[in-house]
Amino acid sequence: MQKSNRDVWVGLFVMIGAAAILFLALKAGNLLSLSFEDTYSVSARFDNIGGLKPRAPVKSAGVVVGRVAAIGFDTQTYQARVDINLEKRFTFPKDSSAKILTSGLLGEQYVGLEPGADEKNLVAGDAIKSTQSAVVLENLIGQFLYNKAADAGSTEGGKK
Amino acid sequence: MSWWRPSDVGFATRVKLDDIGRAARLFTRLCALFLAALRRARLLVDQVHFLGNHSLAIITVSGLFVGFVLGLQGYYTLQRYGSAEALGLLVALSLVRELGPVVTALLFAGRAGTSLTAEIGLMKAGEQLAAMEMMAVDPVQRVLAPRFWGGVVAMPLLAAVFSAVGILGGWLVGVVLIGVDSGSFWSQMQNGVDVFKDVGNGVVKSLVFGFTVTFVALLQGYECQPTPEGVSRATTRTVVIASLAVLGLDFVLTAMMFSV
Repeated sequence: MQKSNRDVWVGLFVMIGAAAILFLALKAGNLLSLSFEDTYSVSARFDNIGGLKPRAPVKSAGVVVGRVAAIGFDTQTYQARVDINLEKRFTFPKDSSAKILTSGLLGEQYVGLEPGADEKNLVAGDAIKSTQSAVVLENLIGQFLYNKAADAGSTEGGKK
Repeated sequence: MSWWRPSDVGFATRVKLDDIGRAARLFTRLCALFLAALRRARLLVDQVHFLGNHSLAIITVSGLFVGFVLGLQGYYTLQRYGSAEALGLLVALSLVRELGPVVTALLFAGRAGTSLTAEIGLMKAGEQLAAMEMMAVDPVQRVLAPRFWGGVVAMPLLAAVFSAVGILGGWLVGVVLIGVDSGSFWSQMQNGVDVFKDVGNGVVKSLVFGFTVTFVALLQGYECQPTPEGVSRATTRTVVIASLAVLGLDFVLTAMMFSV
């Protein structure tokens, strides 16, 4: 009697522990977003991916439609090659364009997919042709300063 | 006090090496007895009950309060930078990666490790272990192995409970009390916490700590002077050595797991 009682408590303890691990995996981690749905893989080349990481979401109209599978460097074109897994149930026209965007001001970066107008759809192995790089803050500031200097130069030139 | 003679240094070194050798041999024996411990499941279950169930209360309460404090302090710091929504991420990551395994191991050393050392030490002082050997019962297999594997089983479960309860505590303070948006609390957490890199490595960590703490406790009990004073000193040493080992190992493991 005493013994079997103890077994129940140990079983309960193990169940609580397993439930805690499950809670951490499901609620705190992103196991649910590890989708087990069939995907097809397309690739895109970007001049600059900024801080994009593998497993970053791919969104279209704000809805997650896939994930970044891998990021590599193409030594032929000196561009970043991003492999994207899109879920099978979402199809996109062949001339869709991909952008690297940032959620919020300092949030994580993701790939935004904008559907084009082609009648044919993207299939596995296709490459997305039109891409837009991530906005790099340093370049932006550099450009701003350059424009400022150019403005100042032109007004001074006008005065003369 | 006289000068150290070379022979003294040599003797001290030999004694230390001897200790390390015996510890390593005990460790490999305990590891090799995994199947034997499984076969005598009754003993193992008793130990999981003793080490795990009885530690559950202190682990849960500590986890809750650590979560509370993380929620309060995290909010205080994050709201200065206008990113209080990241509170969930902060609470979850610090608990799952570091605080869960480490604090649980420290509490486990204090709550369960000491009682293991005292129990084994008293068994040794009362010559129960010697009596077992007389009856051709291997005390390492009969007494130490179930306790060792019971501790190794209990530790990751306790650490997971600690982290889970801590996250709930952080949620309670952050969302219910302070009023951080519940949706962004969870979604930021889910975006930032990786199942395998963060949760998985946390479990691996607590498993390593389970080995460490339980082994230190058993070794101190098994090797103690069989006197009341010796047992008390061994119990103290268990807490000191286990805590230091856990903190040192934590640094090494963190450097290995999260360096990239």
